Amino acid sequence: MSAESTGAHHKPTDAPGTGATTGHEWDGIKELNTPLPRWWLYTFYACIVWAVAYWLVYPAWPLITGYTHGFSGWQSRAAIVRDMDDLKAMRAPMNEKIAQASLAEIEKTPELLSFARAQGSAVFAINCSPCHGAGGQGSPGYPNLNADRWIWGGTLDEIDTTITHGARWDADPDTHATMMPSFGKDGTLKADEISSVADYVRTLSGAAPEAGADLAKGKKIFADNCAVCHGEDGKGNIELGAPNLTTQVWLYGPTKADIIHRVTVGGGGVMPAWGAKLDAPTIKTLAVFVHSLGGGQ
Amino acid sequence: MTILRADVEDEYQDEPLYASAKRIYPQSVHGVYRRIKWIILCVTLGIYYLLPFVRWDRGPNEPHQAVLVDLAHRRFYFFFIEIWPQEVYYLTGLLILAAMTLFLMNALAGRVWCGYLCPQTVWTDLFIMVERFVEGDRRERMRKDAGPWTVQRVREKALKHALWLIIAWWTGGAWVLYFADAPTLVRELATFQAPAIAWIWIGILTFTTYVLAGTMREQVCLYMCPWPRIQAAMTDENALNVTYRLDRGEPRMSLKKATASRALGEQAGDCIDCGQCVAVCPTGVDIRNGDNLGCIQCGLCIDACDAVMKKVDRPLRLIAYDNEINIGRRRAGKPNLFRPIRARTILYVVVIALVGGVMTTALATRVNLDVSAIHDRNPMFVKTVDGSIRNGYSIRIINRSSGDRNFAITAEGAESPRLEAIGVDPDAQGRLIAQVGPDQTRELRVLATLPAGKRAEQQDMTFRITDVDSGATAVVRDHFDAP
Repeated sequence: MSAESTGAHHKPTDAPGTGATTGHEWDGIKELNTPLPRWWLYTFYACIVWAVAYWLVYPAWPLITGYTHGFSGWQSRAAIVRDMDDLKAMRAPMNEKIAQASLAEIEKTPELLSFARAQGSAVFAINCSPCHGAGGQGSPGYPNLNADRWIWGGTLDEIDTTITHGARWDADPDTHATMMPSFGKDGTLKADEISSVADYVRTLSGAAPEAGADLAKGKKIFADNCAVCHGEDGKGNIELGAPNLTTQVWLYGPTKADIIHRVTVGGGGVMPAWGAKLDAPTIKTLAVFVHSLGGGQ
Repeated sequence: MTILRADVEDEYQDEPLYASAKRIYPQSVHGVYRRIKWIILCVTLGIYYLLPFVRWDRGPNEPHQAVLVDLAHRRFYFFFIEIWPQEVYYLTGLLILAAMTLFLMNALAGRVWCGYLCPQTVWTDLFIMVERFVEGDRRERMRKDAGPWTVQRVREKALKHALWLIIAWWTGGAWVLYFADAPTLVRELATFQAPAIAWIWIGILTFTTYVLAGTMREQVCLYMCPWPRIQAAMTDENALNVTYRLDRGEPRMSLKKATASRALGEQAGDCIDCGQCVAVCPTGVDIRNGDNLGCIQCGLCIDACDAVMKKVDRPLRLIAYDNEINIGRRRAGKPNLFRPIRARTILYVVVIALVGGVMTTALATRVNLDVSAIHDRNPMFVKTVDGSIRNGYSIRIINRSSGDRNFAITAEGAESPRLEAIGVDPDAQGRLIAQVGPDQTRELRVLATLPAGKRAEQQDMTFRITDVDSGATAVVRDHFDAP
């Protein structure tokens, strides 16, 4: 460290003809050589050493049938599992409160409601939106959750039960199991009877009957075959999952053809029992979220 | 890829890959600019180390620290100003002001920031002072470093680095105090109960301060900092820069020779080539070579040269804040000229005034109540069982005051749809009233329903939030969608 750095007459290195060049020359234009500071070069070497160490410690090189694992045994899959566990632990205190509160209490407590809606919305996006749509708007065969029409009931508890046990989900003994018979396929009703009852069903929600429709015949067929589940007045029965037929909201479509098809094949949608996959507090937050979409009942 | 001729390649390989940094031993100096630098050092470091302890009463539920970055609660407090994350545009304004001020300083007097105000300069100055205090001035330090390792030298080096580390530790320590209640954190640090993150950040800043101010010094300015390059591109012939007045200084010669020359009526420069300007320079440049990227324009060479000029009884300010124009003008026998008012300086001042004015207005008219609304994107609207049309909204009410407040939510326009809010029961008069905690926001899911038979088209709608006690209101415009 003896270098006397501060001689009085430094030559400016970028003045023409004074500085050393790299030896590169293009049509008479030479490149001045301005060497890097030593610490910079050493930093570069340190980066190379770091890279080699990285190869040894972390998974790095692809091989024919695998890859080098590295001494640390680090895996991206294990890392994501750890992160998910951390996330669960972070949410645990709130989910503890959710588990202890009733569904009604959750909705009345701003702190719990805010958490339930946030977690419920995330869980909904992953598990429910494939069928019910991103905003719960539904599609033919998959109920709209915003429209106040609840096939299996729209109170917080009824929603929670439906999510937990699903509908027509054989693996769950407590599932909503009832199903509409296939009146046409089974031969219970003939084509013209089905057509008549379809005409009648359309009028239940206030639609004008088609010309030449025999509503009296349709009404009789309805009373004999459909009223047992859908009710004399067609207002449905949530115990049986029989939809209210007097509303503006149609699960399979409002046209006569839609109704004829449904009466012919019968059946009903299937929903998994989420109790097998999600824990109780998560389902509670999901129920609160779904209930909040359209105000619930 | 360039293919080199064999002889060129040989020549190239002879060149070293690096240049080892030349050690600089800045000499102590006394004078006007040195005094200014000491004052700025005391003021800026004083502010930095002590500001976290300044208290500011904001009432209950709010922190009492004048300057606080509360990351956990996402708030920034600066005396009477409280910034929420969504108001981070104030920071943008501040950055514009900072950039314009830097440009203005540059257009008027060159690298004022680099020479006097930059933390790198201030801490390096402090570290050099410690070095001088322990190891002696320039000559002594050079002699010791050139000599053998003695017990004395080891002791001095150890003491110097220990003092540096203590200062660096305090620097990191002060940094973390801006992010938590300072007295509490100091107590926690003293009793080793502070959170790990505090120790980690103190560690990082201790390291950077120690390395940058202790060992890197001018290397930071020469190789790391982008500003010298930008500054060089932005300066002009009118800006005052630390300048060697070569019209007066050249031809340089010894004092004896100069006296003899002057007696004979021959031309002799005032520069006696004593090298003092170079000896005191913290970045090791020779100002007499003209403008230089390495020159941070701290003015210490002016002080050094003035001291010499006084001794040899020549006029002061052979090195001074000056520019190229004046060198030419003096040579032509014209008086010095400095034009601080130019198109660019006017422009900078106008931008500063404009942005400053907008920010001041925004801060002065900032209200402690705000509301925002997001219409459901999917579904845009819902036809419910009875044929009515319903729209869903996320409404966020922002209460920036330090107490609980109750807000009534109403909708105007769109034929006044019926409102519901999840988790909020209507009161006796049917009003929707939501309580929002102190310095908090509350997001509500609000449903607006129009019965069947009302106008079925998209309409404008406004949500009005009214503080039921004070009557203060905030409105947000939105719309009501229909088939």
